[in-house]
Amino acid sequence: MADIKTRDFSAASAVSILDPQLRKALAQVGTGFDAARRAAIDEVSQELWDEWREEARQIKIHTLDHLDYYLDLLDQNVTKAGGHVHFAKDAAQANDIMGELVRTRNIKVATKSKSMVSEELSLNPALEAQGVDVYETDLGEYIIQLAKETPFHLVAPALHKTKEQVAQLFTDKLGIPYTEDINGLAAAARIALREKFLQADLGISGANFLVAETGTLVIITNEGNGRLSTSAPRIHVGITGMEKVIPSMQDLAVFLRLLPRSATGQGITSYVSMVTGPRRADDEDGPEEFHLIIVDNGRSKMLADPDLREALYCIRCAACLNICPVYQKVGGHAYGWVYPGPIGAIVTPSLIGLKEARDLPQASSLCGACREVCPVKINLPRMLLHLRQKSAESPDSSERSAGLVPNLVAGGYTRLMRSPSLLKLSHTWGRWKQNVWAAMPFFPLTKRNGMIRKTSLPLLSRWTRSRDLPELPKNAFRDIWKKELSQDKDGR
Amino acid sequence: MSSSQPPKADLFVTCIIDQLYPQVGVSVVKVLRRLGVEVAFLEDQTCCGQPLYNSGYTKKARTLARRVLDTFGDSEYVVVPSGSCSAMMKVFYLDLFRGDPEMLKKAELFSSKVYEFSQFLTSVLGVEDTGSTYQGTATYHPSCHLLREMEVRDEPKKLLNSVPGLEMKDLPGAETCCGFGGAFSIKFPHISEGMLADKVDNVIASGADTLVSCDMGCLMQIGGGLSRQGSGIKVRHLAQVIDQDSPSSR
Repeated sequence: MADIKTRDFSAASAVSILDPQLRKALAQVGTGFDAARRAAIDEVSQELWDEWREEARQIKIHTLDHLDYYLDLLDQNVTKAGGHVHFAKDAAQANDIMGELVRTRNIKVATKSKSMVSEELSLNPALEAQGVDVYETDLGEYIIQLAKETPFHLVAPALHKTKEQVAQLFTDKLGIPYTEDINGLAAAARIALREKFLQADLGISGANFLVAETGTLVIITNEGNGRLSTSAPRIHVGITGMEKVIPSMQDLAVFLRLLPRSATGQGITSYVSMVTGPRRADDEDGPEEFHLIIVDNGRSKMLADPDLREALYCIRCAACLNICPVYQKVGGHAYGWVYPGPIGAIVTPSLIGLKEARDLPQASSLCGACREVCPVKINLPRMLLHLRQKSAESPDSSERSAGLVPNLVAGGYTRLMRSPSLLKLSHTWGRWKQNVWAAMPFFPLTKRNGMIRKTSLPLLSRWTRSRDLPELPKNAFRDIWKKELSQDKDGR
Repeated sequence: MSSSQPPKADLFVTCIIDQLYPQVGVSVVKVLRRLGVEVAFLEDQTCCGQPLYNSGYTKKARTLARRVLDTFGDSEYVVVPSGSCSAMMKVFYLDLFRGDPEMLKKAELFSSKVYEFSQFLTSVLGVEDTGSTYQGTATYHPSCHLLREMEVRDEPKKLLNSVPGLEMKDLPGAETCCGFGGAFSIKFPHISEGMLADKVDNVIASGADTLVSCDMGCLMQIGGGLSRQGSGIKVRHLAQVIDQDSPSSR
């Protein structure tokens, strides 16, 4: 699987938040993507939009409740159309299946349209180890492949790159004269990739949807690279997660309305490619072989957990990233693996283990903006809470991962709040401490205008490093109530 | 609301108002009394358990939630001057006791009595004009839990718009989180303060001299940021704005 750096979230996010170039790039997700999404919804009306969301959600609920049935139906119909279906339980098995295919078919060059699952599996390095040259053909993916980086965003993988950086990259790697003209850069990529499309024996694609009743793989793109990857080479392999299946073409309609609007604000993408089996006898073109690799890689564990199953409804539109104030600050790489943002904070710990990614579900203010924009109405904050609960309390020691300090603080806080008299005592003590400390020169607390400006106390210093803190007042509300507000003896 | 008997409300004052902003609690009591509500403060109350629940400590949160359910078992209404604490008690208690039918029943009954302050004023008392005046310009920060869990969107603005002398200004990016998030602000201070910086910029850009909200958690965060910048913008709980003789400090 792709390199896992989720343990570095805190440090990595602290670095990225200060990066002026990332600030500029991330400003676009709000003003660009999210604004476009809102405009697209306004066009159809919020009311109709919410009807679509509910319809899509119900389809996902139904399909995942009967996933075995629909995967079986899909398998039958892909086979009937002349294709082959492979089920892979994990990344190693998926890469082995692919390895077997490239060995037996003597494949040297592969072109690939965008696939997050292939990033999850680290498919490219696995293929390169077999001597296959793999070329990403989505422009954003191509840029980060040349730069040897990982996707920064689910929909716009090279969002973090400036045009100056891309210009330099293309000069270095493609040997073209330096130009910052975006059309010129896109044209250079097109020329380089067109040659690869013609050389490729293998085309690899992901899937946005798999239609069970017809055995159809559906991808939506804006660059046409998906269509070329799936039709020009002699073999097409689709690789995707098992949650991508939907029952029927009729069901597909609502998702085709929701996904582009949520992702980029488009009513429809430039290309909607549907692949049903390999080329038929009377087809003018298309691959000779079609394979579909359906990957589990931890998904059945999510399916089995009623509190996490909902995350499998995700259609990877990235609307939750674009609205998320945390993603907008830290960007995609800080999340340390393939899936960033709010949905990544749920999917990543579920797939690679909570201990490995324990910071991700904590790194949210639980503001709930993600749930509000999700086209399939996934309750993301509730799942973040569920993962936090596992972190703190799971009987399974491989999941329990809360640190000693949070455990101690939670214990102490509970003890304090179980007793009003203890709370009263601690207020008095805290106020005394605060005044004594403030009177001491240099240490450990500075006050001004009733606000604490600076303190070296653990935890509190993490607040006062950037914010003033009100000092404890002489009387708590409960004292004032007793002295001034209570109108009779029994508290009324 | 029945016309013969005055409504009886038990104030759940919240830890942060009790310990740090008691004058907000005083304003809440004064406003409610002025509007004819019989207000009581049950002294056995402490915390609703939200900080524990949000950090994943559901067993400990349940301990505190049980105290709340016991303490407020006989209440007619429970009025909470906070969007997030009221959401904890009205929405999340139902999750917390999902696996315990007997407690769940208690939590459901309790949930139906819990109202956030502005919600109580508008939907129970049917008040929009509280009869107060305020000299100045203000902008309103809708707190996330009030907006998205309690689904209280327009009520506070209606109350503010009816205050003579108070000119309301638009807050750019109003519905974006201020970055408080309870323990989040301490666990990831660098992210929290990044979010705060945007909020502070927007509050300043609004041109208002007062920032109003219904959650002192957010106001501790935004107020702390404004104060650190040396900004003269005041932060006020809604109750302080509609309490005629609110002291002007803090």
